[in-house]
This record gives sequence, structure tokens and C-alpha cells, in this order.
Amino acid sequence: MFTETPLVRRKARAELVAKCVFGAMALCMVTPLLLIITHLVWEAAPLLSFEFLTTNPTGGMREGGIWSALLGTIYLVTVSLLIAAPVGVLAAVYLNEYARESWFTRVINLAVVNLAGVPSIVHALFGLGAFVLFAGIGRSILAASLTLAVMTLPVIIASTKESLGAVPLAFREACWNVGATRWQTIRRIVLPNSITGILTGVILQVSRTAGETAPIMFTGAVFFKKVPEGDIFAYSIWDQCMALSMHLFTITTQVTDAPKALPYATAVVLLGAVLSVNLTAIVVRSYLRSRKKW
Amino acid sequence: MTSAALRTEADPGIVTRALNLWYADFQALKGIDLDIKRGEITSLIGPSGCGKTTLLRCFNRVNERYGYVRTTGEIKILGKNIYDPDVSLIELRKSVGMVFQRPNPLPISIYENIVFGMRIHHDRRQLSKSQLDAAVELALTEVGLWNELKDRLEQRATGLQLEQQQKLCIARLLPVKPEIILMDEPCSALDVEGTRAIEELMWALRGRYTIVIVTHNMAQARRASDECIFMLMGELVEHRSTAELFLNPANPKTAEYIEGRYG
Repeated sequence: MFTETPLVRRKARAELVAKCVFGAMALCMVTPLLLIITHLVWEAAPLLSFEFLTTNPTGGMREGGIWSALLGTIYLVTVSLLIAAPVGVLAAVYLNEYARESWFTRVINLAVVNLAGVPSIVHALFGLGAFVLFAGIGRSILAASLTLAVMTLPVIIASTKESLGAVPLAFREACWNVGATRWQTIRRIVLPNSITGILTGVILQVSRTAGETAPIMFTGAVFFKKVPEGDIFAYSIWDQCMALSMHLFTITTQVTDAPKALPYATAVVLLGAVLSVNLTAIVVRSYLRSRKKW
Repeated sequence: MTSAALRTEADPGIVTRALNLWYADFQALKGIDLDIKRGEITSLIGPSGCGKTTLLRCFNRVNERYGYVRTTGEIKILGKNIYDPDVSLIELRKSVGMVFQRPNPLPISIYENIVFGMRIHHDRRQLSKSQLDAAVELALTEVGLWNELKDRLEQRATGLQLEQQQKLCIARLLPVKPEIILMDEPCSALDVEGTRAIEELMWALRGRYTIVIVTHNMAQARRASDECIFMLMGELVEHRSTAELFLNPANPKTAEYIEGRYG
């Protein structure tokens, strides 16, 4: 009674093997990230300093810092977010709270899903055609930001819809049955309870935007540009600008004799910016989550 | 049987005539004619899928918020056909409130839950603090929660016990002065004590409000209603006083259901 049979032993062995294999795969996820960060920081160490952030590139982009590129990226991300976030969030509210199942909403949802799958270089060409040439904005921060916004919209819509969908239907029912309109329900109950998820989705989008190269290449980013150091209002949205991702691409492929640490240092700044933005999102989320209970 | 009984003769609470309802192609309600008396408790019983909840949701037209429904026929509430074009859904839902199976307090304070209805129906300027305070005290007193909760009105309503939550959900309807309270299996998430408390509360509210309760629990229908409606496959089978329906059902289908032959 209750003794181990060979079959049971075989099953136990299979269990152990499965656990180890799956665990190893999970480890595979983490290792590259750690290796990348270590390698980057190691190679970039000689150049990393506060001064690196705040000085313009000099000497044919072989010396100096990355100020104009860093500032350009901040501009691009901010402006694209200012465009995409309200449009995306409001569209998602419409789709999730107002729209009923119909051919119209099916088309919109299909468009959202497919737009998310369009390669960024295609977005770049679209941006060039639509914003730079057709709308006559010209190559500028605005045109590049619009292109980035179009690219991020579907993702913002999807993540916002998900957050709205996580608010229990029971809350909406409670409101409707005392005579609340849809908008009152959204404003008083749905949005306050989904704002955490919405914000996180939007913030995470920032980091994706910061790393994009293709969409800004034809629409507003330039190889090289000097701007007053330390002046955060150095660009206007009608200007072209440098950007970190583009700068990294340039100094690794076009500037042949740049010091080896330079691209690494640029990459560290880009990665650091992205990671710190993501960290902000996580902190915001856990803070807001800890306050809501149901 | 005091003033409520007298009022029922004069004005019926809810009247439906030839009420049909479709979800897309599925007909969920078939030619429902009923007269629910004002000020009494009427229970809706029947097996799952018989249309009780659908019928209940017709009475404040909230089923229209859940997707496509098509309705024909008439529902008169306090003498007014609620499908008339001049009916405001907002005013209708103020008069006809609903309580759900799972208590659904909003994730805000107890106080704000109670005044939620007032806030959405009035401009901010129209409501004074003392008015709101009075409404909260009155509503909570009516459902018997005032003494328990008066010192923690600022706490989150979602942290209360289920029974208290359900009473709070009833109390939340009261400040907008409803005439009719619809209850969709209000006790199915509650234990014996909670169920008893809600049933007692229903009796206490009876007379001032017309109460319609959907229940799966036949014993509850028997204990806690004046009249009882038995539905089957979207049709109204029998509607009589609760005592009669359970003692001498007229229709054999009703008899079989209350004997527990199916359901």
C-alpha cells in the first residue's frame, strides 16, 4: 500500500526535468538583460559623466557629449505623448464605454489591432508623405512627433481599453440604476478606478517611443545639430532635432573613427532613460494600487 | 395591511401589456401581462433562464445598456408608459432603483455611496453639507445601519460585511426618492442571518416602496412576498397572492415547480 511504483518514479523524474528546463528558460530571459547592461556600462565607463549629458557633440561627433540628442529625444517623446495620450485614451473610452457591437466598432478594433502590427519604417514613410509633404509641416519635431503618435496610438488604445475593462461591471450597474448617465459613470467611477492602468500604459509607451529610430529618420531627426547647452527650451517644435536613437545609429555606422566608448555611452544614456521611465511607471502603479481596494 | 392595502386598489404600481422582448433573435419575454400592486412586495420565481431578471430589468429600462434588446408592448409605471418618447431614462431610473445579487457598493466612502445619487442629479451648488448629512442619516436609519455606521461614514464601503454592503446598496437608492425598488436575488450572496436581515428590511420598507424581488429560493418567495409571479420559458404562468400560489397553484406547471419536480 502506498509504495512507489516504477511509473510513479518515472513521473517524478519527468516533473523534475520539466521544472529545471522551464526554470532555465526563465533565466534566459533575465541573463541577456543583465549581460547587456553590464557590457554597456563597462564599455561606456570612461566617458560617463554629468558633463557628457550636458555638452553638445563636437569634433565631427567624435568628441563632446550628447546634449542636443538627449534634448531632442525628450522633445519628441513629450510632444508625441501630448498628441497620442488624449486621443488614445478618449478613443478607448468611447470604444469601451459607449460603442456597441456593430460593423463600425469591429472596423475600428480591427484597425487598432492591425495598426499595432505595422512596421515602424512603414510608419516613417507614412509620416513623410502625410505630415512632412502633404500637410506641409516640413521635417520638424512636430512632424516626427505626429508620426510617433500615430505609431503609439493603437498600443495606448489597447492598454487603456484593458484598464477600463478591468473595472467591474457591477460598479457601472450601480451607477446606472440610480440614474447616472454614461459620462457621469465614467467620470465618477470608471476613470478614477482605472487611471492607474491607463497611466502605466501611457508611461510605458514613452519608453518605446524613445527608442524608435526609423519613424523619425525621414520626418524630423538630423545627423547633427548644435543647440545652446543647458537651455531646455532650445528647440522649437518647428525645428529639426537630433535624437539619441538616431545619434547612436549615426556614430556606429557613419562616423568610422569615433572612440569606442562613445556609442556605448550613448546607449547607456538611452537605456537609462528608458529604464527609469519604466521604473516610474511601476512605482506609480504600485502606489496607486495600494490605495484602491475592492 | 394598512395604508398600503388601500392605495393598491386605486393605483397599480407596475402594469405591463403584451410585453415582448428579444435579445437579437432570441425571444426572452413572450406576451407578459401583469399588474403589480403598489406598496406591496411581489416576488418573481421560476427556473434559470425563464426571463425573471430580464423582466425586472425592463422596469427601469436598464437592459438597454447591456446591448441590443428589442421590446414591444407597454409597461406602465405609476400610470405612465415608460416607452413613451417623452420619458427620460434618468428620471425613470431615479424612480425605479435596483439592488443586485452581489452587493455592489461603489469603491468610495460609505457617505459618498449614499449621496452618490443626489450628487449626480443636482448641481454642486444646490447641495449643502447639512442637506447631504441629513440624507445620509435618513437613508441609513431607514435600512437600520445608522447606529452601526454613524462613526465610520468616511470608511470605504467596499470594506463592510456583505450584509451591511447589501443594506447600503438599498440605502443608496433612497435619497433620490424612488417609488419602486427592484431586487435581483438580493440575498443569494448572504448567509442565513444576512438573508433574514434583508427580508426584515423589505417588510419595513413595504408600503412606502413597491418592491419586486427576483428569487431562486422558493422558501424566500413564500416568506417574504405578498404576491408571487411564476414564470417559465419567457411566459408568465401564474400570478396570485403568495399564500394561494403555494397552497393551491392553478397551473400544473406551477405545482410541479413548487414541488421541486424541475428547476
